[in-house]
Amino acid sequence: MIDSTAARQTMLSKVRGLNLDGVDSESISLEYAAVPRSYQRSGLLNAEQRVDLLEERLVEYDAHVHRVTPSTLPRAIAEAVNRRGAQRIAIPDGIPANWITPAISVVEAESLSNVELDTFDGLLSGCTVAIALTGTIVLQHAPAQGPRKLSLIPDYHLCVVSAGQVVETVPEAFDRLAATATLPTTFISGPSATADIEMTRIKGVHGPRFLEVLIVC
Amino acid sequence: MPAATELVAIGGSTVEWPQGDFPAAAHEAMKDSQMRKNVRHATSVVSAKRAKVVAEMPDWQQLRETGSAIRQHVLEHLDEYLLQFEAACTAAGGYVHWAANAAEANRIAVEIVKSHEADEVIKIKSMTTEEIDLNHAFKAAGIDPVETDLAELIIQLGRDKPSHIIAPALHKNRHEVREIFIREMKLSDLGDTPEDLTAAARRYLREKFLRVKIAVSGANFLVADTGSVCIVESEGNGRMCLTLPEVLISIAGIEKVIPHFRDLEVFLQTLPRSATAERMNPYNSLWTGVHPGDGPREFHVILLDNGRSAILHDAEAKQTLKCIRCAACQNACPVYRQTGGHAYASVYAGPIGAILTPQLHQDKDGKLDDGDSLPYASSLCGACYEVCPVKINIPEVLIHLRSKVVERDQATLAGKFSAWNVGMQAAAVAFVSGDRLELAQRLGRLGQLPFVAKSGFIEHLPLMLSGWTQSRDLAPLPKQSFRDWWSERTNDSNGGGRNGREA
Repeated sequence: MIDSTAARQTMLSKVRGLNLDGVDSESISLEYAAVPRSYQRSGLLNAEQRVDLLEERLVEYDAHVHRVTPSTLPRAIAEAVNRRGAQRIAIPDGIPANWITPAISVVEAESLSNVELDTFDGLLSGCTVAIALTGTIVLQHAPAQGPRKLSLIPDYHLCVVSAGQVVETVPEAFDRLAATATLPTTFISGPSATADIEMTRIKGVHGPRFLEVLIVC
Repeated sequence: MPAATELVAIGGSTVEWPQGDFPAAAHEAMKDSQMRKNVRHATSVVSAKRAKVVAEMPDWQQLRETGSAIRQHVLEHLDEYLLQFEAACTAAGGYVHWAANAAEANRIAVEIVKSHEADEVIKIKSMTTEEIDLNHAFKAAGIDPVETDLAELIIQLGRDKPSHIIAPALHKNRHEVREIFIREMKLSDLGDTPEDLTAAARRYLREKFLRVKIAVSGANFLVADTGSVCIVESEGNGRMCLTLPEVLISIAGIEKVIPHFRDLEVFLQTLPRSATAERMNPYNSLWTGVHPGDGPREFHVILLDNGRSAILHDAEAKQTLKCIRCAACQNACPVYRQTGGHAYASVYAGPIGAILTPQLHQDKDGKLDDGDSLPYASSLCGACYEVCPVKINIPEVLIHLRSKVVERDQATLAGKFSAWNVGMQAAAVAFVSGDRLELAQRLGRLGQLPFVAKSGFIEHLPLMLSGWTQSRDLAPLPKQSFRDWWSERTNDSNGGGRNGREA
């Protein structure tokens, strides 16, 4: 295998030249703790306003959003899939059994190859947390979310967010993610897009071109 | 001769960086009115949108403050945080390599690809890999690198050079992109709406995403405490490269490290709003080493120095390395908006490029060489500093680098007796006292007479002063100076208070 030990020594000694006194890690921690953090950590909205804001921001990205209740969720999932005309829907492990009705055809897809996944019309998933202020849904490699390729290859992503998963600010989302920080994590804010032509956001490049979100209140 | 004229070439000729200094390259580039129109349009659109999404954040200044402080703190203790990252990433199953320069980084990347007997890689847009010209090294080793970011694909297919940090094909408009796609993807026809163009890119790359086994990326952030890497993108090409191949190689400048996972809560607010003027860009990916059943089974990080550690030792210029590559300074810069990026002859154009490029090229004694005209590519208006999400005082660094150029030149005989230095020394002598200044002004009024044109302005100064009037007219010295007027007025009023006060 490649040996870059010599470069490592050279680089570290050049960088280390800055701290001749050999600053110990405790004083570095103290210095880090002294970084001013007067930005807004917590949101000001109530639960209902948070959901309103999330919906507004997602719609601005051209995502489709519907409010449902726990009892209407299964029907809403089936309606969304059929409205989309999606024949085959991939699902990760751990999707609650009561989400799925006979009206749709789903396949547990975690172990499928990339090429096989490419034959699916869509993905149904849950999420870890959603950020209202930025219209963002965060997925991790966890039950009902699965490996990252699932929410990437099929062209349509139907995501279920429960109101309790919605936070207002980005720092609040990081509070919730801290315990599972090392899981593969994806922040999704709208359908895939690009700003590369004339700096204008254009929907639909390589990721799913259609994002639909069901918020369970 | 500057190759800048080739920048407009269509039809498959390769674009090279312009030769010569910035003024010469800018002069050539500005003849390309289409490019100027494209750059002006794109930068105006994104600057206006940025202003809007920044204005809706009541705590924007606090976020800048924290972002700046975190980045500054990292630079003070870079060794510590690099070691932390290395330990955490390795513990999570990643391989961490160290590369002191471009050649070493390229060699490591090529060796990894070769060890898998692969001859093709897919790539995420990365200015760091542009900086080290990795694609060239791959091709020389018989490896075909395929760019998957839309703008980088446009650049690669058009055999062009990047002109902007986050939208490298910013200098091309949709019609030019369509021409390139039709020619290089061998399409019989293609619409020219942006949607048609993105659909063409999607079709072109899909098969590669599903098939190619090795991917190469840069990195937006390396998280020291968790060993995670973060990539911020829009199209999903990044996710494809990070997730589907079996092997992933991420190349990151050593300054990209941040201390803790939660620091992302700051940068993931400031970066998207500064870069593409969005509340959040479509995709951010975060991963830690390798994760069974999710993503590549082999992951390498190459930590790249390539001139960065030398910048750390210059107290005044060190802040250059706080940069998180959002390109807001490019969009805001009145010089960049006129010249576009190619005139800077560097993958890092605009204000950040004007300070970063010459420093990456300085010799081991800190003497500037390549790119030493770039610190002068600025009117010092400060627009770059104002928009910078980590508060890099770019004008301050520009002036510092200019002083380094002057000191370097003064150390040689030719430099000491150059017109510039003699003129500056003479100015220093003249500005010492009021009497001397008055004398200099009198001489100037006499001396300028032959050069004042009918327009009432000095349009051409002679010989060594001609550089000054190359791109501007000069107002002649007025018949009466302020000092003359003041003393005349004071005498007229017999030292009277009222007139004096009014003046």
